[in-house]
Amino acid sequence: MSKDNQILEEFTSKEYEHGWSVNFEADEAPIGLNEEIIKWISAKKEEPQWLLEWRLKAFKTWQNMTEPNWANVTYPKIDLQSLRYYSAPKQNNKPKSLDEVDPELLQIYERLGINLNEQKKLQGIAVDAVLDSVSVATTFKGTLSKLGIIFCSFSEAVKEHPELVKKYLGSVVPMTDNYYAALNSAVFSDGSFCYIPKGVRCPMELSTYFRINAANTGQFERTLIVAEDDSYVSYLEGCTAPQRDENQLHAAVVEIYASKNAEVKYSTVQNWFPGDKEGKGGIYNFVTKRGICAGDNSKISWTQVETGSAVTWKYPSCILKGDNSIGEFYSVAVTNNYQQADTGTKMIHIGKNTKSRIVSKGISAGKSQNSYRGQVQVMKRADNARNFSQCDSLLMGDKCGAHTFPYIDINNSTAKVEHEATTSKIGEDQLFYCNQRGISTEDAVALIVNGYAKEVLNQLPMEFAVEAQKLLALTLEGSVG
Amino acid sequence: MSTLTKENLFEGFLESSFAGFENIRKEGKVCFTKQGLPTLKSEEYKFTSIAKKLEQSLTSITGAKPFEVSSEEVKAAIPTGFDGSVLVFANGHLQNHLCLEVEKLNFSSLNEKSDLAIGSIAKAEKDPFAALNQASFEGGVYISIPKKEVVEKPILLLSFIKSNEGDVISPRVWIEAGDFAEVTFITHTINNSDKPYFVNKVVEIKGGLNSQIRYYRLQNEGKNAIEVSNIETNLLQDSRFTSVTISLSGEMVRNNLSLNLLGSNSEGNMYGIYLLNGKTHVDNHTNVDHTIPHAESNELYKGILADQSRGVFNGKIFVRQDAQKTNAFQQNNNILLSEDAIVNTKPQLEIWADDVKCSHGCTTGQLDEEALFYLQARGIDKLQAKGLLLYAFAGEVLEHIQNDSFREYCINLVQNRLGSNF
Repeated sequence: MSKDNQILEEFTSKEYEHGWSVNFEADEAPIGLNEEIIKWISAKKEEPQWLLEWRLKAFKTWQNMTEPNWANVTYPKIDLQSLRYYSAPKQNNKPKSLDEVDPELLQIYERLGINLNEQKKLQGIAVDAVLDSVSVATTFKGTLSKLGIIFCSFSEAVKEHPELVKKYLGSVVPMTDNYYAALNSAVFSDGSFCYIPKGVRCPMELSTYFRINAANTGQFERTLIVAEDDSYVSYLEGCTAPQRDENQLHAAVVEIYASKNAEVKYSTVQNWFPGDKEGKGGIYNFVTKRGICAGDNSKISWTQVETGSAVTWKYPSCILKGDNSIGEFYSVAVTNNYQQADTGTKMIHIGKNTKSRIVSKGISAGKSQNSYRGQVQVMKRADNARNFSQCDSLLMGDKCGAHTFPYIDINNSTAKVEHEATTSKIGEDQLFYCNQRGISTEDAVALIVNGYAKEVLNQLPMEFAVEAQKLLALTLEGSVG
Repeated sequence: MSTLTKENLFEGFLESSFAGFENIRKEGKVCFTKQGLPTLKSEEYKFTSIAKKLEQSLTSITGAKPFEVSSEEVKAAIPTGFDGSVLVFANGHLQNHLCLEVEKLNFSSLNEKSDLAIGSIAKAEKDPFAALNQASFEGGVYISIPKKEVVEKPILLLSFIKSNEGDVISPRVWIEAGDFAEVTFITHTINNSDKPYFVNKVVEIKGGLNSQIRYYRLQNEGKNAIEVSNIETNLLQDSRFTSVTISLSGEMVRNNLSLNLLGSNSEGNMYGIYLLNGKTHVDNHTNVDHTIPHAESNELYKGILADQSRGVFNGKIFVRQDAQKTNAFQQNNNILLSEDAIVNTKPQLEIWADDVKCSHGCTTGQLDEEALFYLQARGIDKLQAKGLLLYAFAGEVLEHIQNDSFREYCINLVQNRLGSNF
């Protein structure tokens, strides 16, 4: 057993890899939150009047809301007045192409292993890189626009495609949805916008890479994906942050709108700074993600690999409104040290013959807490709805916890809903079986964990699967093998 | 008659005087005032608004008084084939003169046991209705099974209820099984009127070392009955507790069943079946608290819902950090027979220890059309075929009743209800 302990020890002592930060001149909003700041942000981004009004309305709503406390996480109260709501790297002129982007900024992404250089298009992924509050660069714009695909930063979309933004902004996650969504609606700085026109199958993976660099800054980005009839897009999202002693807030909103026969696949590899071994610092990740299958036969699939953040509070959901629409949720959540994750999904069946599938795999180690919280709701008119949920938890070490809170609400007699969950540690018999066949305990643990998460990792696009596997390897297997 | 609102529902009631247990009642009252009646916003009562139902149905809140029950009525009410002791209650009050075959049994009305640590098992701060009961309980019984005594014949707790309008019945039961003792309880309610009434019952059970307690509950409440029961059991080493709850009727029924596994190798089993029609609303909340290593819990609840009925299931398995080597299993299956029936289920696991095997599963669906067709193709008419299939689904739960005659009685009852008895 001592070897096991040693492995766990090694695993729990792993440090965060992306903990560095870069100093450069930044354009920052004064600290604090009030109407003036919102006006300041809006002016800074040269936004139209309707958007400013929308923000102020959201702010008013937010002021009347209270912070939710039902999640199974504990953290000190966040002083939202001590945060900075806008921070942007100073660029003298708006860059027209990648060549004009500050090389220092590009270097940051270079260090993260994100290639923003189109010439080296080995990976074939279009990237929108967001640093602190603004989008730094978007690649492959030209190639995409030939197909009519719009992929750009949110501020750009506001300027160039206001009619689309106006139509879809807040249509899936209304500003009144919850405390952090309202806050985001009021102060969001940038994010990605993606529009796939009718009948177009996006030829490459679209990707956003978020990085928080500045201290004391909250990151509030907004992503909006609209897929018109018969279109397809696969979208990736990654994130890191420097290692700092104080906690930082990340409150994003992601909205997906899928029309008739459209399919959207959204994958996240979340690796925000999780705090150090003593649980000091780290990102508070309070994210609202929701997609609506508005048209018939549409499909939205969420895949997430959650390894970072001190506190995660995130429930990517699907509203299955169109008949025959499909929602999927695949998740691997790894928590270590003092990390806390309360994550899961909501599947709301409204249309007829709608299907949803939930596969959630939690791995908790150290002194962490990992919760699955999910809801499957079958509305009265959702005939023949079908759901299958599976949420498994793996416990490593005796000081961590795994919790499951599934809500299943059925209002239609033709629904078929199944839910199963298990919690266990790696079986001694399984380890023994491997040992017997000459596989060392370390390798066996690695093998079992990898196999445990495989069902989800398989859902990730190739390029991302590699990153996710690397990440898992770093947190779990690296220490083992 | 004053109009009742959700806020002041029990205010006047709690001002009235209750006999004995002053300090305990005071504590209960403080706890109740602090918690207030639960609303739909409270997580534990999210789908079951007892307060609203009480406000709608009751016109006044007064404690129910005992009434005359004849020995013929008692005889008629005993389930066929039953052989054992019978304790009779009228509106929750023990009727000593009507009890049968109780010579060897150590029991008394709760009022005679002023030194009992009431509220030490079913804690008032955990549930507002437990607190309300602690402040206002009347009647009830104390039953003690001495060390090493095996009570072979079951003990029937037979409750007669006669409701004058607005009657509140708050019995409290205390059961103690000594080390190595073994006992079986069956509870059964006979309701003599269709007027609305409110039963707020608390049962505290203490299982000694290596004791075995079986608690079978037949909930055949009146059409307009609103019932909340809190049953909480403490189990010591090597002891075993099995409960089977059969819910067949009532307006709104809420069962809180909690097991505290306090000794290693203890085992808790909770089984339940709910067959609902009309507008019946049954809410089963179970809670297993694994505090020590090497304990086991099993749970199986099955429901069949027709008409506009609603079934709520919330099972919580709580495994504390010290409770290594825990095995905990939980399952909830539901069949919906009508468009308007609703199921809300939340099987919840909270695990703080790593060397455990815990699983839960829940399903909601309908009858398999193909199986139905198979039976019909073989000349069994649709109603009977349906009954057979439904019984095949739910009957499993009844197998856990160990007392033969009572099991037969229940099987008959369920089969008649499902139309599979022919």
